[in-house]
Amino acid sequence: MTTTSPTKTVPDLAPAPLPAAPGKGGRFKIGAGQQLRGGPFTYIALIVVGLGSVLPLYWTLVAASHDQARVLDSPPPLVPGGRLWHNLQAAWEQANLAKAIVNTVIVAGCITAATLFFCTLAGYAFAKMRFRGRGALMTAVIATLTIPPQLSVVPLYMMMSDIGWNGKLESVIFPTLVGAFGVFFMRQYLLEALPYELIEAAKVDGASNIRIVWNVVLPAARPAMMVLGMLTFVQAWNDFFWPFLALDQENPTIQVALGQLSASYTPDQSIVMAGALISTLPLLLVFVIFGKQIVGGIMAGAVKG
Amino acid sequence: MATTTPARGAYTPPPGGTGTASKRHSTWRSRLWRFDDKASPYAYIAPFFLIFGAFGLYPLLYTGWIALHRVEMTGLDQSEWVGFDNFAKILQDSEFWTAVANTFVIGVISTVPQLLVALGLAHLLNYKLRASTFWRTVILTPYATSVATAALVFALVFRADGGLLNWVLHFFGAGNTDWGNGEWTSKIAISVIVIWRWTGYNALIYLAAMQAVPTDLYEAASIDGASRWQQFRKVTIPALRPTILFTIVISTIGSMQLFGEPLLLQGGTLGSVGGSEHQYETLSIYLFNYGWKLGHLGPAAAVAWAMLVLLLLIALINWIVGRIMRKSAA
Repeated sequence: MTTTSPTKTVPDLAPAPLPAAPGKGGRFKIGAGQQLRGGPFTYIALIVVGLGSVLPLYWTLVAASHDQARVLDSPPPLVPGGRLWHNLQAAWEQANLAKAIVNTVIVAGCITAATLFFCTLAGYAFAKMRFRGRGALMTAVIATLTIPPQLSVVPLYMMMSDIGWNGKLESVIFPTLVGAFGVFFMRQYLLEALPYELIEAAKVDGASNIRIVWNVVLPAARPAMMVLGMLTFVQAWNDFFWPFLALDQENPTIQVALGQLSASYTPDQSIVMAGALISTLPLLLVFVIFGKQIVGGIMAGAVKG
Repeated sequence: MATTTPARGAYTPPPGGTGTASKRHSTWRSRLWRFDDKASPYAYIAPFFLIFGAFGLYPLLYTGWIALHRVEMTGLDQSEWVGFDNFAKILQDSEFWTAVANTFVIGVISTVPQLLVALGLAHLLNYKLRASTFWRTVILTPYATSVATAALVFALVFRADGGLLNWVLHFFGAGNTDWGNGEWTSKIAISVIVIWRWTGYNALIYLAAMQAVPTDLYEAASIDGASRWQQFRKVTIPALRPTILFTIVISTIGSMQLFGEPLLLQGGTLGSVGGSEHQYETLSIYLFNYGWKLGHLGPAAAVAWAMLVLLLLIALINWIVGRIMRKSAA
């Protein structure tokens, strides 16, 4: 996993999310293998794949705007109908969506804030501080990435019930407060983006370590924090497996509510689709606005992974 | 170092570093600083290890303990030693082996096409393109879609009666497929959901790796008269080998975890047993059904350990394949 030649690619990719570095904008164009221009075939293929990526979401909208009989009829509807508002309202009431959305914002917000703070701290320590056991501890951090959550859900559920957190948001917030990916991501970024001279200068001025974190590290890390924040938020918003086990209909996140809406005995498919639409729209909005940064962040984090 | 430049040991000071500056400080102050330098890095990485210890490592070991006990959902605080009964129970259950096979089959038919398409897609995106950011964002939209949404939409698309896919297929003389109830068709349906969600993401990972390939390699290849296809095979693919292995590992771990897709493909009670004939029951579904539907947490924990063993096996296979690939390259 670490064999992906981490150091080599960092200079190109680490500053990718930098919105404040306009000079870097053209770096992809001078990238290797980019000397060739895409021909018509390239565009045709991209259009096909692009349509494939977007059509299921478009059809979610179509299905959410008809009544169930029409959705299940053959031929299926291909353009939106007039019942969108009705279905949205029905989904909103049936699935406890108002509460679910508030819950999801709380959960994803807490996880994102904590991840940013703790991962930046740890990433800084691993990137720029020298201490005993650093290499081994970093390896340990990366190794935790390979452990699927399935392996520990049974005791986790029992622990939560022990503490009295079952069904409460704490049970889905605390286990994901800080992740290995984030630590690694911040470390890779700070290795490049934070010069030793800056830290040194602060030390000469007599700054304590925590002061250096506050005044030097956090400002330098801000672009990467923004990207990590969005990636974390998307992930927390979409998380399904553990929340589905830990939470119930009374106090769900949006994904849990959606799962339960469809698991009811006679789910109305057009209302389920309306619920799906509600749960997806906020993230699509984030993607439309920050698509470029998210793409850059995934590419930056990926090569180093 | 510590004698002349008090504290400030958190990084390597360049020659002629901070010695004069720190002389100003009194001894207790420099002692405080030294403590600050020694303790701070550990304090900064502590949250990760505390959280992982409490909610990752401890439960992982605890799983082993539960697997050897009888623990019921109805009385979580009671347990009874049963030795290896739970393991015997699941190993003798044919449904468990069905789930193992399903997980493996779905893993292969979702990972292989996904990574191949992603590779081709990355190659296209690596050309000089108009609106390159737009294309990258578009292929990433499935990544913004949750498992639940994706599974529910595709559940409608794959419906036997009035499903979008069957309607399209009927123009080609087919279209009577009962996707969810077929042995293979249901696995294909699950795989399609996985492929749809992750192909774009993997393409971006490959694209990033491709852009890290030095340009002179391509120049040298084209001077030698290599065609585009030859350049792709002889320059791009070898340079991407570590990344490809990485994505295989990640996708494999991911396919071990498939849960939302099978749960919601047909929904309801069918979902929690992976279909009427368990035809798309994965290990995660099996674990969920045993622990949360039937309420027996002991066997569920044993399933978790079985998953760990399978993961280690897969890691071993990966390692061997990686060695062979490296050998054949050399």
